Amino acid sequence: MPNLTIDGQKIEVPAGTTIIQAAEKLGIEIPRYCYHPALPVAGNCRICMVEVEKQPKLQIACYTPVAAGMVVNTASPKVLEARKTVLEFLLVNHPVDCPVCDQAGECKLQDYYMEHGQYDSRLADVKVRKEKKAFSIGPTVMLDQERCILCTRCVRFTDTITKTSEFGVFDRGDHSQLDVYPGKQLDNKYSGNVVDICPVGALTDKDFRFKCRVWYLDHTKSVCPGCSMGCNIDIDWDKSRPHTQKKERVMRLKPRLNPDVNNYWICDSGRYNYHFIDENRILSPQYLDKLVPWSEAVERIAQTIRLTKADRIGVLASAQLTNEDLFVIRKLFKNTLKGAHVDFRVPEKPGDSDDFLIKADKNPNTAGASSILGAQADAQTIVQKAKQGELDLLYVFGHDLVKLLGKDTVAQIARKVKLFVFQGSNVNDTCGYAHLNLPSSVYAEKDGTFTNCQQRVQRIWPAFPPLGDSKSDWEIMSFIAGQLEAPLSYKGPQDVFDDIAKTVAGFAGMSYEKIADQGMVLKK
Amino acid sequence: MEKVITRNFGLENSHRLATYLKNKGYGAARKALTQMTGPQVIEEVKKSNLRGLGGAGFPTGTKWSFIPQANPKSKYLVVNGDEGEPGTFKDKYIFEQDPHALLEGIIITCYAIASHKAYVYIRGEYVKSIQTLQAAIDEAKTQGYLGKGIMGTAFDLDVVVHAGAGAYICGEETALLESLEGKKGFPRLKPPFPAVVGLFGCPTVINNVETLACVGPIIANGGEWFAKLGSPKNGGNRLFCVSGHVNKPGVYELPNGTTLREIIYEHAGGIPNGRKLKAVIPGGISAPVLTADEIDVKMDFDSLKSIGSMAGSGGIIVMDDTTDMVWAAMVTARFFAHESCGQCSPCREGSGWVYRNIKKLYHGAARPHDLANLPGIVNNIGGNTICAFGDAVTMSVGSYVSKFRKEFEDKIKERVCRI
Repeated sequence: MPNLTIDGQKIEVPAGTTIIQAAEKLGIEIPRYCYHPALPVAGNCRICMVEVEKQPKLQIACYTPVAAGMVVNTASPKVLEARKTVLEFLLVNHPVDCPVCDQAGECKLQDYYMEHGQYDSRLADVKVRKEKKAFSIGPTVMLDQERCILCTRCVRFTDTITKTSEFGVFDRGDHSQLDVYPGKQLDNKYSGNVVDICPVGALTDKDFRFKCRVWYLDHTKSVCPGCSMGCNIDIDWDKSRPHTQKKERVMRLKPRLNPDVNNYWICDSGRYNYHFIDENRILSPQYLDKLVPWSEAVERIAQTIRLTKADRIGVLASAQLTNEDLFVIRKLFKNTLKGAHVDFRVPEKPGDSDDFLIKADKNPNTAGASSILGAQADAQTIVQKAKQGELDLLYVFGHDLVKLLGKDTVAQIARKVKLFVFQGSNVNDTCGYAHLNLPSSVYAEKDGTFTNCQQRVQRIWPAFPPLGDSKSDWEIMSFIAGQLEAPLSYKGPQDVFDDIAKTVAGFAGMSYEKIADQGMVLKK
Repeated sequence: MEKVITRNFGLENSHRLATYLKNKGYGAARKALTQMTGPQVIEEVKKSNLRGLGGAGFPTGTKWSFIPQANPKSKYLVVNGDEGEPGTFKDKYIFEQDPHALLEGIIITCYAIASHKAYVYIRGEYVKSIQTLQAAIDEAKTQGYLGKGIMGTAFDLDVVVHAGAGAYICGEETALLESLEGKKGFPRLKPPFPAVVGLFGCPTVINNVETLACVGPIIANGGEWFAKLGSPKNGGNRLFCVSGHVNKPGVYELPNGTTLREIIYEHAGGIPNGRKLKAVIPGGISAPVLTADEIDVKMDFDSLKSIGSMAGSGGIIVMDDTTDMVWAAMVTARFFAHESCGQCSPCREGSGWVYRNIKKLYHGAARPHDLANLPGIVNNIGGNTICAFGDAVTMSVGSYVSKFRKEFEDKIKERVCRI
């Protein structure tokens, strides 16, 4: 463990650590373009040069390993001057078209110029023109060769992470240009990540282009609900200026670092899976073809429950729900109404998967649902019972039964059961057959936790209030319980979670505080 | 003076094995393989003060001793024949006049470092060199001087010829390795140095063609003999390529330490038409230019370094008083702008910027601030890049501006092109 000094501060780090990593541990951020912690070192941008005592030349912090007794200066006049000159070189042929660049506001050229540049321009010459500006290189990403600073992060990402090798740097000198290889498109399942790692506006996301200036965005930590991997994400949303035609709130999703889950990455299907948050939502309770107030909707359910026996109640819960939602479902239908048939394992076709982040199980909380609901009943029996008229109440959470079972079966169920409740966030074909539709909030509006396929319990936070009259599922359950004079006195999701920690073995000792934003693994 | 490197040049069929054998060819290789151990060969080469004649001047024996023999991976010798430094054309003569001298050097070197495969990377434009060397390899192989069990010993060696594709940067040893591996010629980050992680991740020695051509004579006559030929710490003779404004341009084999004046006026026949000498590039275009007052310098690595230039590849470009030094600087800068590999930001963007700046000066379109900015821009490149190309831009282009400043200033005052 070599001891070294960086800017006067002493630190001990494992051998093999580079200066840039050691400095980071001291809270010193050395500027970087080509360096990315998850990619091999390229050492080409030269902005991270620092002064190492007894070395005649400046050294690149991203590549130079620490050594015992090393004395590093990251802010000496020589270093600051070198940074300035590297910035100047990078801007020699940069178009500086920031006013029309999506990256503006989160661009490292802008940021470092303001921090370390601030020189008067010495450049009055014509810049090198490159061929491809606003050029589509695949289904998701646009390329601008003139903005590119040739850091090769995207090249290394596609070489080492996706191993698809679409990118190359062509030609030489200041005519070098980033491009995809002839006949190739940037078309892989993780293509959007190259936009995240691009430090400038060379690679922009078609989905986000010209949609919103980044400084209007708010960021809420969350977890991708797209599959059981539970990749950590940031929901970037526009609170003050819902200016798009559809009045969308969510502008984009970005991966959030979690070394134990997704590191810096998310897949494209997760990244672009947010439009449902603002589109096609169920906004109010509806009984048959009439919008009804919550009180009436809940009373209809309560009345059906009061007039029937528990074993004539079927509940198709869902692994799309949070642990908190599922726990309150368990409280209501398994504890209060002992004997009701509850299961979440509605058979679905497995989705695509790979050996990286994409899992075949497209539910974010299968592990949580298993540990909270257990496996006493089974969904197929519940459906069978419903079809044969053995149920008075069928309560479906979000599943599109029409897609899974076919129209005829669902129509038959609707004829046989007394009350067919569909509770979900978005309209699907099943809504048309359900007697009562209840609007629930989406994950971006919820506080709660999901348990991913690694048994990791991870927190989601509400970015904004539920749309329309929608409510969290646990809240709706509590509402029904209150109507049945079996009240559940949870004040909020945290309250529910504390109860889970007390009741469900694997969650013992957990709390929202301990889970924080990196999650905690269930106890075996 | 005793000819060492050019001893067979000009003989009839000098490139054929029979001619080479008639002139004691492969005797040194036989001596090394049958009478010496690898470390003994290295020791002999260390004694000879042979230094890397591609331009860097690194002691050759020392370089070989860096090969970790305990490393179980294969060891490689890579011969740098990507002779691209403007003003340099010596390796071409060795390939074409005496390829077996190179092959003998390769055999001895590979024996010294325990390598069984050598790659010769030849500049792609040198079609004749490639053909001649390949023919020599084939001939040597049929006669048992290459391949399995060389000259009846247990030593095996294959030599592979690889043609470059035209990039100057592939003469930089690690870019050459990348290119040889089938990748784009980008210099590698160092360390690790090629002696530890080189070609295909294996320990590798990279030597220039001329360097290796000296190895045979060193083993045949002894390291001390070779050391005495040259100047202190700069053993032997070397090939000087003289071009530009001289009466007799060409390749001259002379001892290290010969003065530049002697080379220009005695060997190359002086300046034509009674004109005066103005400037000389002493070691390829990367070497800082010398003024006419500086030509009493001894042509060896240390002497040239001490006056702020470098011996480099031995390419001497002579310029008389009709030369517009702004034009010369522009041509130099254009070369670097064209050949920068584009990997590091300062060199990629800086070399083009410098060229455009000097071009403006040359065409009389520059303003005073363009000249005022030029030295700063030039200086910001060197020392801040992965390989020495950036340093070459700074040192060479910088030398024109500092040594011939008045000509640059005149361009702004006159605002016309003088030639």
